[in-house]
Amino acid sequence: MSLERADVQKIAHLARLAVSDTEAEALVKDLGNILDLVAQMDAVDTETVSPMAHPTDMAQRLRPDEVTETDQREAFQAHAPAVENGLFLVPKVIE
Amino acid sequence: MHDKSIAELSAGLKAGEYSSVELTRHFLDRIAAHDGQLNSFITVTEAGALAQAEAADARIKAGEAGPLTGIPIAHKDIFCTRGVRTSCASKMLDPFVAPYDATVVTNLAAAGVVMLGKTNMDEFAMGSSNETSFYGPVSNPWDTDRVPGGSSGGSAAAVAARLCVAATGTDTGGSIRQPASYCGITGLKPTYGRVSRYGMIAFASSLDQAGPMTRSAEDAALLLTGMSGFDPKDSTSIERPVEDYAAALGKDLKGLKVGVVKEFFGDGLDGGVAGSVQAAIDALKKLGAEVVEVSLPNSGLSVPAYYVVAPAECSSNLSRMDGVRFGHRCEDSKDLMDLYERSRSEGFGDEVKRRILIGTYALSAGYYDAYYLKAQKIRRLISDDFKRAFEQVDVLVGPAAPDTAFVKGAKSDDPVAMYLSDIYTIAVNLAGLPGMSVPVVPAGGLPVGLQIIGNYFEEGRLLNVAHQLQLATDWHQAAPAGFA
Repeated sequence: MSLERADVQKIAHLARLAVSDTEAEALVKDLGNILDLVAQMDAVDTETVSPMAHPTDMAQRLRPDEVTETDQREAFQAHAPAVENGLFLVPKVIE
Repeated sequence: MHDKSIAELSAGLKAGEYSSVELTRHFLDRIAAHDGQLNSFITVTEAGALAQAEAADARIKAGEAGPLTGIPIAHKDIFCTRGVRTSCASKMLDPFVAPYDATVVTNLAAAGVVMLGKTNMDEFAMGSSNETSFYGPVSNPWDTDRVPGGSSGGSAAAVAARLCVAATGTDTGGSIRQPASYCGITGLKPTYGRVSRYGMIAFASSLDQAGPMTRSAEDAALLLTGMSGFDPKDSTSIERPVEDYAAALGKDLKGLKVGVVKEFFGDGLDGGVAGSVQAAIDALKKLGAEVVEVSLPNSGLSVPAYYVVAPAECSSNLSRMDGVRFGHRCEDSKDLMDLYERSRSEGFGDEVKRRILIGTYALSAGYYDAYYLKAQKIRRLISDDFKRAFEQVDVLVGPAAPDTAFVKGAKSDDPVAMYLSDIYTIAVNLAGLPGMSVPVVPAGGLPVGLQIIGNYFEEGRLLNVAHQLQLATDWHQAAPAGFA
């Protein structure tokens, strides 16, 4: 499997990573090598195999729908890059 | 004091030969004297350690001490520690001070351990050499030009150099067992779900598991007992009582069926490592074990399947690092997209970016079946191989890593070569089984690890096999020159 530089830029955008042209060039090679490694899977016929999502095949445990957490907004926002009046600040989204 | 086992130290503390404050001071002094050469700690928590030690001394005096009370250990910097920087060795989380403790940290604190600090690691646990850390590489105490392995390389180096009695680690594809092998210590990855993942920064959620890194199987049994337990805060935590692993170490190995994994002795294996592992298998035979050859025919596909499953899950888990709620944020963003993209690009290192990109690609529209679904099917085949093997034998053995610790930089430019360091450990994570690495005869002056793999929840059996081997041999007692 080979990727082009434009593919790398597209994937980077989906992953919300900014990648320079020089970085994209190196990534074409590195990601291509990793995909070549991954392609070894193609040699195996898995048509009738059921996928394994989880090592112990357990069902997710449910809990009663009750409030169990206390409000710790200040503690959780103490290390945020920018907050005001209990809100996280981001650049203007709506004009 | 730094050569003693947990049980010996605990007896010394209870007999009043020394206090936990003295013991803690001793290890803090060793860190100050030696860690300049190793860089195994990211953060040393001196004041907190001495306060915990004082509390432990009071508990010991009151006759309320358990087997871990007053014992100084270190936590891998992937575990959240309230009020202490929890960086995951990333620039992204360099400013992050956790507002709560991971359950592993809570459980061990309740048992009375003293936390000396947070150990270095590969960034977000992605790496096999500890060279991807934002805080610089860790050196192997056996040869400081070499890597300690990874991702729990700081924990492995610190335990091997006797800078702490024991440490916690995490293992997603070999990150406890491979560094344990490279540094000559004992490391155990428990069954998936045995130890709570709450507060352990997630890398690949269907694979991640925490475990002990120690100088002996007996120490590992004590630490695992303290770490384990059902946790309602982790949806994958198993509701199953914790065994007293240390109490189950007395069984001889007569009649134990040991399967040697044929595929783990192929072309990629270093000759010296093969010889050392064979010597350990011979030692098990001498102790009465019946040794047979076993095949795991699909294990060769574990690295390819892993490099879909782990990156896919990491691309999802690491999407929370967005520069908004915590962690690194870029300067002067022009809009929200620019804020996300530049914060993440500045905050993450190259290896983390590669894995996020591979995972994003594998999960993107049109590729899911060819990659993630295919990998999950291969995962089933690998798991079924183990199921069949455990119908014939009690434990499986082989090398933990294909080589001994390599020189820093040797694999840095070739991600795929680095990934193959975990060729013998990854299958165990895909199946969710417990596995450990124990030190055997060195090869070329460098440590070698024997990997022992057990069936689900057979940590007790693994620890007993390792303990019996350690009673009969002294390989685990070797200390690196300069750190004795």
